[in-house]
Amino acid sequence: MSILNSVSPARSGRFGIDLWWVPRGILLGALAFAIFGPLANLLIWTVTEKWYFPHALPLEYGFSNWAKVFAPRGNALESLINSVIVATVTVIVALALAIPSGYALARLKLPLRSLILLAFLVPQAFPELPVFVNVARMFYELRLNGTIPGVVLVHVTHGLVYAVWIATAAFAAIDRDLEQAARSIGASAPRAFMDVTLPLAAPGLMASAIFVFLESLDEFTGSYFVGAPDVNLMPLLLYSAGAGGNYQIASITALLLLIPSIAFMAIVERFLRADVLARVGH
Amino acid sequence: MPQRLLALLFVLPALAVIVLLFMVPLGASLIGAFESGEGYGIANFIKVFELYRWDVLFTVMVVLLSTLLIGFFSTAIAGYLTLGENPRAVAVLRWLYRWPMFVPFIVVGQVLRTFLAKNGLMNNIFIELGLMTPISATSFLDWRGIVIAFVWKQVPFVALLVAGAMASIDRGTIEAARNLGASRLRILVEIVVPQIATTLMVGLVLSFVTMMSVLSVPLMINAQSPTMLTADIAFRINSYGDYGVANALGFVSLLITAGAAWIYLRHSVKERA
Repeated sequence: MSILNSVSPARSGRFGIDLWWVPRGILLGALAFAIFGPLANLLIWTVTEKWYFPHALPLEYGFSNWAKVFAPRGNALESLINSVIVATVTVIVALALAIPSGYALARLKLPLRSLILLAFLVPQAFPELPVFVNVARMFYELRLNGTIPGVVLVHVTHGLVYAVWIATAAFAAIDRDLEQAARSIGASAPRAFMDVTLPLAAPGLMASAIFVFLESLDEFTGSYFVGAPDVNLMPLLLYSAGAGGNYQIASITALLLLIPSIAFMAIVERFLRADVLARVGH
Repeated sequence: MPQRLLALLFVLPALAVIVLLFMVPLGASLIGAFESGEGYGIANFIKVFELYRWDVLFTVMVVLLSTLLIGFFSTAIAGYLTLGENPRAVAVLRWLYRWPMFVPFIVVGQVLRTFLAKNGLMNNIFIELGLMTPISATSFLDWRGIVIAFVWKQVPFVALLVAGAMASIDRGTIEAARNLGASRLRILVEIVVPQIATTLMVGLVLSFVTMMSVLSVPLMINAQSPTMLTADIAFRINSYGDYGVANALGFVSLLITAGAAWIYLRHSVKERA
């Protein structure tokens, strides 16, 4: 590598400046603009009071729209609370289903194992929209349409695939001998699981819980068909505010959805190693 | 209790949810596509052909173009992360490229709707910089907006997968080619990409399927005709309660995806077996 650098003609300019920084700077700058330009635009909209053509930037700034979103009787606050309730229940249900499945898939002798794994892969291989449409139709007959349990069920189905994959990976990564050691000194199988295996798998399961929570918080299509208009959720509020031309409310909602996702990105590597993350989808 | 039975009991609840809430509705969608007022037949598909054939073409073109661009940009980013010789530039890129990955599609739709509009921030900045006159400013909120939204959101995901694969290939061949004087571009195209082709393909197929089922982006960015099939399905249900044609549209999008999904499933089963 160092040999190549030293023979590279543009390596150093006459004044010792690396001229490669010119194309590098242009490309990285263009990428930064493409990524942060739209996000900066969102931030500007959340504090805009007045902004119209042909002004490049808003004429007045203020927080009056934030007050509207968090007004005690506003439907924005209601949708925020609904979203958090739905996401929390979704996590509980999805993990209650995923932990035993993940353990069985990773550790136990399971008949038709590859077929079962395939079944958990299927939802990734088909567009969800036609499925949601027919779930909504089915729920309509069961009177689950427009209810929180109905929305939770849709979100559980959507999140379960990831939850099972991550839980399987988390259990598979634990050394089998540790469980065997607990068993050999007299612990029962459930006891060994609760005291040894589960705590060791906790970081992976935690990552899967956060992931399912975020997937539920951000899920639009299923909520649109099964929840709207009775169950008000944040993505639905974002959509209807934007469709009504209220870009301030839409942008504030978008920012509220964005913050937990970005925070997750910042901490995800603490819970999930990059090689595990890269295996999701394989 | 024998272990096999216990294991099956552990898996059963989760499996039941997938079967009842995914596979059964999927089956209902496939059957419903052939169900119309006059009983079973292809009446719905005739309607799809009459009303939505340009939207089918539009969807295929938009998703294919997005997939190609995602493949190009993610390979370029992952390639520079692997072969880049300036540690500082590599670190900046590594920090930079991942940001859009965790931004939800609905937020991508809202963010780009205000950014790409005729008098959105992008055109405003170009005008202020003197790169463009106010009269020549055009809105990107059509097929270009959808492609930009898909590429913006999906490139980091595929780049992450591809960069992971590139990091694990044997450095020996790369170093050997370098010592023989091969350019980095040539090393990327002739040595690195062939070795990570499977991972790249898996990432692209996953992106393809995802893009085929995103409803929020076409609804928010492209509120006009022609549009994506997802928006047509939502319109068919909300305006007419017409499940027959909606399911037929779904069937068409399943057919489009089926080719891609087949490649993906065949690959992942092979790998897990």
